[in-house]
Amino acid sequence: MRYRFMPHTGDAKFQAFGESLEEAFSNAALALVSLMWDWKKVQKKRKISVKIEGKDLPQLLVNFLEEVLFLFESRSFLLNAVEGMQIKQRDEGNRLTTDLRGDDYSSKYPTFGEVKAVTYHDLKIEKRQHYFIQVVVDV
Amino acid sequence: MDLRKVNDYTWEIPRTGDMKVPAYIYVNSQLLPHLQQDKTLQQARNMACLKGIQRAAYVMPDAHQGYGFPIGGVAAFDLDEGIISPGGVGYDINCGVRLLKTEYHLKDIQPQIKKILNGMFQKIPSGVGKKGALQISGKELEEVCVKGAEWIVENGYGVREDLLRTEEYGRMKGAEPRQLSKRARERGIPQLGTLGAGNHFLEIQKVGEIYDSHVAETYGIHSKDQILVMIHCGSRGLGHQTASDYIRMMENLSKDEQLPDRELINAPVRSTLGDKYYSAMKCAVNYAFANRQLIAHWVRQVFKNIMGHSEGMNQVYGVCHNVAKIEKHEVNGRMKNVCVHRKGATRSFGPGRVEIPEVYRSVGQPVIIPGSMGTASYVLMGTTKAEKISFGSTAHGSGRLMSRKKAKRQFRGEAIKKDLKAQGVELQTASWKGVAEEASGAYKNIEEVVKTSHALGIGKLVARLIPVGVIKG
Repeated sequence: MRYRFMPHTGDAKFQAFGESLEEAFSNAALALVSLMWDWKKVQKKRKISVKIEGKDLPQLLVNFLEEVLFLFESRSFLLNAVEGMQIKQRDEGNRLTTDLRGDDYSSKYPTFGEVKAVTYHDLKIEKRQHYFIQVVVDV
Repeated sequence: MDLRKVNDYTWEIPRTGDMKVPAYIYVNSQLLPHLQQDKTLQQARNMACLKGIQRAAYVMPDAHQGYGFPIGGVAAFDLDEGIISPGGVGYDINCGVRLLKTEYHLKDIQPQIKKILNGMFQKIPSGVGKKGALQISGKELEEVCVKGAEWIVENGYGVREDLLRTEEYGRMKGAEPRQLSKRARERGIPQLGTLGAGNHFLEIQKVGEIYDSHVAETYGIHSKDQILVMIHCGSRGLGHQTASDYIRMMENLSKDEQLPDRELINAPVRSTLGDKYYSAMKCAVNYAFANRQLIAHWVRQVFKNIMGHSEGMNQVYGVCHNVAKIEKHEVNGRMKNVCVHRKGATRSFGPGRVEIPEVYRSVGQPVIIPGSMGTASYVLMGTTKAEKISFGSTAHGSGRLMSRKKAKRQFRGEAIKKDLKAQGVELQTASWKGVAEEASGAYKNIEEVVKTSHALGIGKLVARLIPVGVIKG
């Protein structure tokens, strides 16, 4: 399982999983966009490479997911896959690099809900048997 | 948690531990159990722990769990000792409502409702990823952020009278676009004049009941079955980005303060970052005022095209539901300026307040409370009592009860359309899934919410509006 949604009164809460931190982050991005479009149906026509920084892991995750939202709203980019992610954790801050693949927004891809923002509320990044992430987004 | 009943509509969380003031929860016994099932009360307690909070933390009748502050949370902070918090305003800065009256009667427009809805649906982009019909440059966006609805009117969309009947006259002063990030601007440029999705909607309504005919008349609402139009939307990506930007900046500046929820991050009201946020927030507030102004203009145009004219389609009022403002309130027996945060709450000023447009000053401001999709909405009037017990605030909607996920499982968009049709409500939408998420069954009963506001006296009933046509974003 890549991700699952949990009940939450006002907003949307999801959990994402991965063998590695990178995989869990990647799955969190897919969970996020699944609230807006069916990522499985989006073709891989465009590639966008991103570099994200964050003072700690929660901020790195929020900044990364915010980037995906931003690319949709202002670059009309629909995500299909997150590839080759690398996360470097250092004392002076964390850095993430990755390729995002997908296509331009068009009427052939139906969109539904809207995500306004990614929040820190109830946010969790834990290493259990595997990596576990929990995020609440404002919808 | 210790929760004491004060009266039938007020519950107190007494001051304990880190709380600087008590918290007051304004619900009746029907609404209280909903709040006890989620984190609303804990979040009310968290509000009461913030620096410089005045009097008490207040929770409105429609409250539900949010992040940081609960939705329906109201708190005011001292300007010297207190804080300003983006999480206390919300991501959708100046999400709000505008109400237009018409001089049409239900029987005049009934045969044309589908056509009008269709016209509005074509004219006003709704749903996810849609771009606005008014293309603006980066320079024009800055003007929109500084002048709000005023800029829209100056450019020929609407009349000055609209501004006179809008909170802050459609323009919060002191907005500096240089405090917005490049990203916020980029998200704002294509979205002006769009409705968005989620709980945002455009609704044609009829007057179902009038409770106070004198006040209703003052507001321009005079008879049963009179048609009104309600617009509910916010500051779109520009506001969302601004909230996220300042949460990040405040986090980066904070010295590992132990907050019970990272979303409570804040800056002193009087600090460079506090100032910058307040100014950027005003840009988003003005953007949202402009957005609703533009949509209101298009609504009139559609009525004009289909019904022949749009005369008498005056604005009743436009209100903010998510905002921070410096206002004068009584604290410890003297009037002073405080920074009021309303997150999912409507300002509810009573007669005499200078902030209210002159035309309404003798009766109190109109308070517009939208219902959920397909249910009644209400017009209330602001009260002096609200100023005394909730920093001049009351509810802002019906309040969610059920998660969107559960609603999607339980309801089907197409079936809802059919049910609504049977009740005489036409529906147009950009997304069936979205319709299921916003099913009225996923919300609390708005009747209980407004009943509580009325009985407590923080917003008195004026009129009940019943939908006849809905566009859901």
